[in-house]
Amino acid sequence: MAEPQGLLEIDNLSVSFRTPRGDVQALRSVSLKMGKGEIVGVIGESGCGKSTLINSTIGLLPSNTGAISGHIRFAGNDIVGMLDRDLRRLRGEKITTIFQDPMTALNPVLSIGTQMIAIQYRRNSSPHEKRLRAVEFLEKVRMPDAEKRLGQYPHQFSGGMRQRICIAMALLTEPDLLIADEPTTALDATLEVQVIRLLRELQRDIGCSVLFVSHHLGAVAELCERVAIMYAGEVVEQGSVRDIFHDPRHPYTRKLLECDPGRILEPRPVLPSIEGELPDLVHIPHGCIFRDRCPDRFERCHERPPVEVIKAGHRAACHRARELASP
Amino acid sequence: MLAYALKRAGLAVIITAISLILLISMIQFIPGDPAAVLLGPLASPEMRELFKQQMGLDQPAIIQIVRFFGRVLTGDLGTDVLTNRSVLITVIEQLPYTLALIATSIGWSALLGIPLGCFAAVYRGSLADRIVGVLSVSSIALPSFVVAVYGLLLFSVRLGWFPTIGAGDTGDPLDQLYHLVLPSLAVGLGWVGYLARMVRASMLEVLSENHIRMARAFGLQERTITYQYALKIAIIPTVVILGMGVGNMISSAVFAEIVFARPGVGRLIFDAISTRNYPVVMGAVMITTGFYVLCTLVADLIAAGLDPRVRSAL
Amino acid sequence: MSDQLFDDTQSRSAGRFRDSAFGRIIREPMGALGITLVALIILGALFAGYTGYNPAKLAMRDRFLDPSLSHLLGTDHLGRDLFTRVLFGARIALGVASIATGISFIGGLLLGMIAGYGPRWLDSLLLLFFDSLRSFPTVMLALALVTLTGPSLGTVILVVVLATLPGYARVVRAQTMSLKTSEFVLSARTLGARPWRILAVHIMPNLIGPLVILVSMDIPVVITIEAGMSFLGLGVRPPTPSWGSILNDGYAFIRESSWPAIAGGLPIIIATLGFTFLGETLRDHLDPRLRRDR
Repeated sequence: MAEPQGLLEIDNLSVSFRTPRGDVQALRSVSLKMGKGEIVGVIGESGCGKSTLINSTIGLLPSNTGAISGHIRFAGNDIVGMLDRDLRRLRGEKITTIFQDPMTALNPVLSIGTQMIAIQYRRNSSPHEKRLRAVEFLEKVRMPDAEKRLGQYPHQFSGGMRQRICIAMALLTEPDLLIADEPTTALDATLEVQVIRLLRELQRDIGCSVLFVSHHLGAVAELCERVAIMYAGEVVEQGSVRDIFHDPRHPYTRKLLECDPGRILEPRPVLPSIEGELPDLVHIPHGCIFRDRCPDRFERCHERPPVEVIKAGHRAACHRARELASP
Repeated sequence: MLAYALKRAGLAVIITAISLILLISMIQFIPGDPAAVLLGPLASPEMRELFKQQMGLDQPAIIQIVRFFGRVLTGDLGTDVLTNRSVLITVIEQLPYTLALIATSIGWSALLGIPLGCFAAVYRGSLADRIVGVLSVSSIALPSFVVAVYGLLLFSVRLGWFPTIGAGDTGDPLDQLYHLVLPSLAVGLGWVGYLARMVRASMLEVLSENHIRMARAFGLQERTITYQYALKIAIIPTVVILGMGVGNMISSAVFAEIVFARPGVGRLIFDAISTRNYPVVMGAVMITTGFYVLCTLVADLIAAGLDPRVRSAL
Repeated sequence: MSDQLFDDTQSRSAGRFRDSAFGRIIREPMGALGITLVALIILGALFAGYTGYNPAKLAMRDRFLDPSLSHLLGTDHLGRDLFTRVLFGARIALGVASIATGISFIGGLLLGMIAGYGPRWLDSLLLLFFDSLRSFPTVMLALALVTLTGPSLGTVILVVVLATLPGYARVVRAQTMSLKTSEFVLSARTLGARPWRILAVHIMPNLIGPLVILVSMDIPVVITIEAGMSFLGLGVRPPTPSWGSILNDGYAFIRESSWPAIAGGLPIIIATLGFTFLGETLRDHLDPRLRRDR
């Protein structure tokens, strides 16, 4: 499957943060492309740089950010270096976000309606029209009694319903890009299924692109068309869902799939895990970033691996990518 | 929430009662015969005895306390020894002046202190923030009576901008306001710093919460986020503190009333104790303490009202 | 003022901290300013007798003189040198501060520990007593006590103690209660140690450090109470020079001359600001957890 050009192009993005210990290289030469209407997943454990990637894309990096290099092109404009004034035109209107914890995502002293209307402040429509829009989208996320519930406060809703409200808020401006930051991690399994189905349905309805960041492999597999695997600040493999899940070429991806509890069918005494720890992002080791934990390492791993193209649309950053075909 | 309010009110009443009992007991043991003070050294012992009987001062302390509370429940706070009028009326006459002073003081110190605290939180770490910090600490440290005397000296005696004495013409609200400027400056100054600090701390806490991050992610303007999203939450504990602060202000009000020769409850109690006017003391302290309790209660209720989470638990 | 001083898993001594933090305090501008002002006050108190003037001696020919080289702050309504009176006032302020603070510290520590560690009924009783005292506005307390014992330095000290002790006792009580269930206390109890020993050896050392900080932060309040009471005529009797009474005299004769009032207020401002700045910086460095807003 070819990579369509289009909406979002993250091109060699590197971001570092200043800390007392030194400069943390949170993202290194990350490249990712998304077209219009595509659903792309980003999988990685904590510390892989997912949050930094999201924060960079919406222009909300913290104050201790150090050097940023590379580009994030959104509909032609480069987000890196954009003025906050211009970023605010995109953020919340063209690029919206759903966060991980629905319990704390909404302002406790403002009604749902107030919050949903407030985010439409850039539009010229009348307050009545904004209210109607809010109701319309609450109905789309299957909120019963939507009109009445606009006047209620977040604490009057359960976690799952709050997440649905957040989804409604994220979609009511009909954005071009929806970023979902671990939207199902704080929810139980049944709610997770509902949220995934809802997202898929609404994506078809609105036609926006979705960047779905998660460490739940199953959720990603169900929702996304393409996937990027991140480890310690780099994209180590990307490709279609089929490629990644059935023909993983990077050792990290393979280990990740092996360790996914959803794939373990027989009972085992010990759950598989990846041995070792994340590398120190202040002092980046030479060569391949996964070297110390890789079961397939060999001498050449002291050199930085090239991005090997397995086939069109499927790439992996490993010296042995071509050989490591699945059995 | 109603149950909570009642419970708190009940506890406050008990504590007030105990404080009053302590106070009354202390007064009972005061050396110095009130009758002698009030009737003058030339009064005969028989006159003094008669006076004491009329005042009920010859009964044991316990009886006096019980009788006092009994009368209070019927609305009778006793008779002013000096003027022979009802204590209740005496106190109520003076109360508005003190209330006006306290209200003005809270008003301007909140108007100045809350925005300062907000500003310091938003620009945290900047030079402006540090300056506000130092000024806040200083304003809290400075005693109100020193501010009162210096204010009087500079703005009234030397510059003549403001009046020195009294509360102004009763019929003229503008004149009364004019007379309130310096006293409320003295009483309110300490609160500016205190409020600024509280609000700053509260805001910093709120601004670090997830929903603020989300509001930013939706591109809301900083101004909107600071005032409608953050301050609205941060102000809630501040309201509670303000309510409690009213009691604190009564102390400062005493000084202000004395320095600026204003009528008021603080001054009344001060004079009454000096002249051993027990009924006035007891009545005024009772009303003042009751007022303080009322203020804390009202502040708590307002704070609860501002927070929808507490409101719906009603 | 929060009821919690620190996590109950730790046990430190304040001495070690003070040595290492002293340099840091000086480096901070507020700390340096605080120490300078406090030093001024202390030096003033020490050298009060060396100005060459008697603070009580009348000199009616020299009334209301403006400041000059011979009278640094001018003279008051009785011709007395204001600068000398202010310096002697420093002795009173510092004296009251140290004595009253000391009594409150010890009293608060003891009563707080008893309330926290002892039987429930005793705790409830003490708590009720503390809260009743605290619900009194300080001025009312001062007025009431003065009519009981008459105006004097002793009365001032009593008022300060009654106004500050309940607060300390509450904090000590809260801390004792949480320490009561900590591991090292429980192990001491299983070894058969008696309550007094546990309190003295295990609990008290952990309370002293933070309590010292808390108490030293109250010094400006203590100075204010003393000056305020003297201002109202409820404290030291004339001719003893307390800053508050100097201010009061200045107020009474405010139209004749500004200087007595200025002279009375100035040392109060210097002392309260100085001790406050010092206290704030001390707290920031010795126990940042007491600070809620950074």
